[in-house]
Amino acid sequence: MTKQQANWSPYDNNGGSCVAIAGADYCVIAADTRMSTGYNILTREYSKICKLADKCVMASSGFQADVKALQKQLAARHLIYQHQHNKQMNCPAMAQLLSNTLYYKRFFPYYSFNVLGGLDNEGKGCVFTYDAVGSYEKVGYSSQGSGSTLIMPFLDNQLKSPSPLLLPVQDAVTPLVEAEAVNLVKTVFASASERDIYTGDKLEIVVVTADGIRREYMELRKD
Amino acid sequence: MFRNQYDTDVTTWSPAGRLFQVEYAMEAVKQGSAAIGLRSKTHIILGCVNKANSELSSHQKKIFKVDDHIGVAIAGLTADGRVLSRYMRNECINYSFTYESPLPVGRLVVQLADKAQVCTQRSWKRPNGVGLLVAGLDESGAHLYYNCPSGNYFEYQAFAIGSRSQAAKTYLERRFENFADSSRDDLVKDALMAIRETLQGETLKSSTCTVAVVGAGEPFHILDQETVQQMIDAFEIVGEQEGSAAAAGQEAAQPGAAVADQGGSTDEGVAPMDI
Repeated sequence: MTKQQANWSPYDNNGGSCVAIAGADYCVIAADTRMSTGYNILTREYSKICKLADKCVMASSGFQADVKALQKQLAARHLIYQHQHNKQMNCPAMAQLLSNTLYYKRFFPYYSFNVLGGLDNEGKGCVFTYDAVGSYEKVGYSSQGSGSTLIMPFLDNQLKSPSPLLLPVQDAVTPLVEAEAVNLVKTVFASASERDIYTGDKLEIVVVTADGIRREYMELRKD
Repeated sequence: MFRNQYDTDVTTWSPAGRLFQVEYAMEAVKQGSAAIGLRSKTHIILGCVNKANSELSSHQKKIFKVDDHIGVAIAGLTADGRVLSRYMRNECINYSFTYESPLPVGRLVVQLADKAQVCTQRSWKRPNGVGLLVAGLDESGAHLYYNCPSGNYFEYQAFAIGSRSQAAKTYLERRFENFADSSRDDLVKDALMAIRETLQGETLKSSTCTVAVVGAGEPFHILDQETVQQMIDAFEIVGEQEGSAAAAGQEAAQPGAAVADQGGSTDEGVAPMDI
């Protein structure tokens, strides 16, 4: 008597890749805009990036229905925070909130692979990377999604993040200038689009600085 | 007001068909410091008098943002008001989470009123001792409602609640017919004039009052002290000169400190600002 298998899954993978890079006074968050299911494309123009607070932006790949639900939850919780504290949440606070929200559904997780980017209280760039159930870490850069296996090694190579085991302890923040970081992101996605079938169409880049949030687009391969 | 045989709990009627506990709750509203509201077709202004317990303490917060399109000013037991504001905020958040659109003001006030009514029909509860002026903008236009502890609610073009609110109401009654087409800045000036009526003698300064605005294209926000002081200065001087052009947002350069004689008399509101 073989074990009964599910004939239906509550999850689907809509593919796509996300990247975030932190700088001294900026943060770049980027994601492609392709939404797929199986070997089909659902749309070429879907944004995976969501502004959670003034200086805090999240990019998520995975199951976009869960991503949307997660974004709505965080937005509602942020409103409550603003009512109670009379100010916006800062990035580290939002990072913790996201982690808690994900773990809350530990036994029916949000199928959402997130990178959170923004400026911390001192105005320095920060990036937080997550797994589906809320385990998170502050890093200098990160990628998630279907192209992350292609993107991450390249970022490691370019951004030379020092091992935290080495002394003296060095900052995880990248010494790149904003323009260089944006270029790096464009290069990285162009390469990922070559080999990952789920990444392509268009690249959406969001840059968070003390002056505000700027958005930029770049065409990618459509095949 | 000797009616104590039937006023012990809210679930006892008097022979005249009154619920005294509810009426006493409305009395608590009248004891609170004044709050006023007025609206045009596109904007609603809320204002209140800042009352502090003593010179050493800060004043209580009486105007709360409920959502981008709704705000509330309270008079009476501030604690009850704070709790109700939290309820209103939650309702707005839940509604827009479910329907991806802002909660219509009329729906919110009905929910509030129903909540208040419950407290008038349970022996283990008491009515809220707070009156709420709910200002909101939705698809059907600009609205100003008054929710009272009894569970009743009314819609107004302009209203005032709290202590010495009658003076403000008299001023508003004289001028409310103009409000519908008033500009936003004229509306704020009228609000400040109405607040001044309730102060009856005390000088109107930005530290003694709070003003909030919500309107088309303008999410609910409380005006900062500087802006309010500039507007106070502008209209106090306009009043003195019998200025006709109620130029919107006209910030006068001269400080308002010199017009001490203005602040003294109560009936200064007769300034002929006929728009």
